[in-house]
Amino acid sequence: MAAYLFKRLLQGVITVWFIATATFFAMHNVPGDPLSDQRAVSPAIRANLEARYGLDRPVHEQYLIYMGNMLKGDFGISFTQQNREVNDIIREHFPVSATLGILAITFAALGGILWGALTALYRNRLPDTVIMLLVILGISVPSFVFAALGQLALVNLNAFTGVSLLPVAGWGSISHMLLPALVLGLGTMAYLTRLMRSSMLEIINSDYVRTARAKGLPPARIFARHQLRNAILPVITVLGPAIAAITTGGFVVELVFAIPGLGRYFVQAVQQLDYTVIMGTTVFYGAFLVFMVILVDLLYSWIDPRVRLQ
Amino acid sequence: MTQSSATPVSQDEFAPLQRQQQQHRLVRPSRTYWQDAWLRLKTNTRALVSLYLVMALAFFTLVGPLLWTVDPNSQDVDQISQPPGADRRAMVVPAFTAWEGALPADSAADGLQVLGPATTQSVRLHWEVMPGAAAYRLYRTLFPVGEERAFGLPLIDFPGEQQTWYEDRLDLRARTYYYSLVELDENNQPGERFQTLAVPVQRVVTRNEVAERNLLAAAEFETLQAGDEVLLTWHPLGTDYLGRDMLARLMAGARVSLFIGVVAPALFVLFGVLYGSMAGFVGGRADQVLMRFADFVVALPFLLFMILFQVVFGIGPGESGIVPMLIALVVLSWPATARLVRGQIMQIRQEAYISAARLLGGSRIYLILRHMIPNTMGVILVTLTFAVPSAIFTEAFLSFIGMGVAPPAASWGSMCNEGLKTMLTHPHELIFPALLISITVLAFNLLGDGLRDALDARMRNSE
Repeated sequence: MAAYLFKRLLQGVITVWFIATATFFAMHNVPGDPLSDQRAVSPAIRANLEARYGLDRPVHEQYLIYMGNMLKGDFGISFTQQNREVNDIIREHFPVSATLGILAITFAALGGILWGALTALYRNRLPDTVIMLLVILGISVPSFVFAALGQLALVNLNAFTGVSLLPVAGWGSISHMLLPALVLGLGTMAYLTRLMRSSMLEIINSDYVRTARAKGLPPARIFARHQLRNAILPVITVLGPAIAAITTGGFVVELVFAIPGLGRYFVQAVQQLDYTVIMGTTVFYGAFLVFMVILVDLLYSWIDPRVRLQ
Repeated sequence: MTQSSATPVSQDEFAPLQRQQQQHRLVRPSRTYWQDAWLRLKTNTRALVSLYLVMALAFFTLVGPLLWTVDPNSQDVDQISQPPGADRRAMVVPAFTAWEGALPADSAADGLQVLGPATTQSVRLHWEVMPGAAAYRLYRTLFPVGEERAFGLPLIDFPGEQQTWYEDRLDLRARTYYYSLVELDENNQPGERFQTLAVPVQRVVTRNEVAERNLLAAAEFETLQAGDEVLLTWHPLGTDYLGRDMLARLMAGARVSLFIGVVAPALFVLFGVLYGSMAGFVGGRADQVLMRFADFVVALPFLLFMILFQVVFGIGPGESGIVPMLIALVVLSWPATARLVRGQIMQIRQEAYISAARLLGGSRIYLILRHMIPNTMGVILVTLTFAVPSAIFTEAFLSFIGMGVAPPAASWGSMCNEGLKTMLTHPHELIFPALLISITVLAFNLLGDGLRDALDARMRNSE
């Protein structure tokens, strides 16, 4: 167990190192440099500035400085907002994204498990047909379309009822979070429903369920103890990719709903070519996703003792 | 079954039958794997419908631009953000002449009023001096000014009492505008008093514009006079926020979206097949190293690296940004296919028929070409079908956040991005591209489901 954990963590660290290195060299090769502004800078000033920021050193030295700073947890200063450190930006905006993401993944997991179990129990009957139709829709419609249509529907609903039921955009109270989180979780929910349905169908016909039934256990107990608990396992295995999908999906949802999360900030930084912010957030997101996947794997072995980590 | 019949059987009922050359045999016709799969696919209604949808999309993309030859980048400035089926009538008026603010003799000064016809050419406003106001500000909005004094866009400030007229020519459209004249105090702060006026604006064109835009045949143009009505260019699906034809843009966007959606998966599946079959066939240490590398690529956060790729390649002037996206997709997406194909090959390698073929003297190339690849073809095809919607999703996502194709090139994702800005007033600009993305992804997903069921060898002969 400890050896496995060590191995996985080492792999994770190597992956993050690669992400950081790739980001550094990628950014280094972007045409133009931070000092090529509209204002003409005289060669002397330019040389001074380059010396100030260490841009006159050879690439490998810059790389070492960058990695050293990153190890100290210093991602530098934003290019477009020069009074803000990238660390501050992450510290300030990531909790918003995380809140939204946790809410969305809760929606997705609960909804997926519930709908999936329901469709399996009502196999080939009306609830199954209707839910599976919605699932196909959920898989086929991009999240930004859901976001935009959800917003449009909310505007019309608010206008129709004459009171503001839910805010259309922005951030603050729990009422701001509901629609974005639902929209963000919808695609994952559809995917999890599908997975849950097939795993549940397999379980329903398994021997131990038949035994439980033969013992005369009440159906509710069979459902909760024998079917649901075993059917959830495959859903947990895909939670890692699901977290990744929801994190990156958050970029557009935050954009559409004007939520001041790190995702929206990242997209803005990409559009404005704010190099330090791009580098910092990419490495941060990369590390976050890599370690979330490891965490999910550990969780899986803890929930299902049959899975032995090695 | 009349077994229990009690009548005795006579001897001559036992006559020998004629010997038949061809005996009646209850055997189903022999079918190949692909024929069998096709028959199974044909019974799957959902898969068939999705197949027709895919064909319709191909028609829309490839044949559509030949039938609807409007340039997707040309702007129709008279019709901006028009929904489909909008009113296309316009009145012909003489060319514009500037107005000096003179009040015609027959009309009396009377509050905020419109002088002359309010047209998309100009709206002439006249008002009376409000006693005691230090200055005025004129506003224009699309919605009635309510109690919350939502005046809208400030057009101009007038100092003092000097001017009592204004000619508005700012981007006028055929709709009702609400003009408001608000008094300002000495500090240029809006005061209490204001007048507001609803002005329905009529769409007009001049004779020259009719000629420039080829709206009428030459014979009809000769007799055209001011006051006549002409029909503006027809846009079946309306126009976008720059007055570009939506149908033409959707077709152009389909080319980009489907090009990326089909070519990128084809390339990375091909690479994955080569990589995976090599690893699976060679086995041993080489396999381990190859697969370790594949695992590493899988661990990279996909969309982050897609964005990084787009930033690094940059999109120079005149480039559409399609090629970088294609490369990035291929570089990041191949490992899943490689893993799958490797697993298949490893499995097939153990099969008895491979040993048999090897025993009979089949060469390595023969084994790969005749047995291994055809037997993994089904899986590969299914992977390919499911890779298409995810590639289309990726393209749409990147274009939506502005990291995809560069304007003026259109893709469904970038059209959604543009449509989002005008979503509340002109939802058609968002809904059409969003609908096309959804239909395409839906069709390929359903087709993939159908293919997976049809190509599953275990389902063979199950009916």
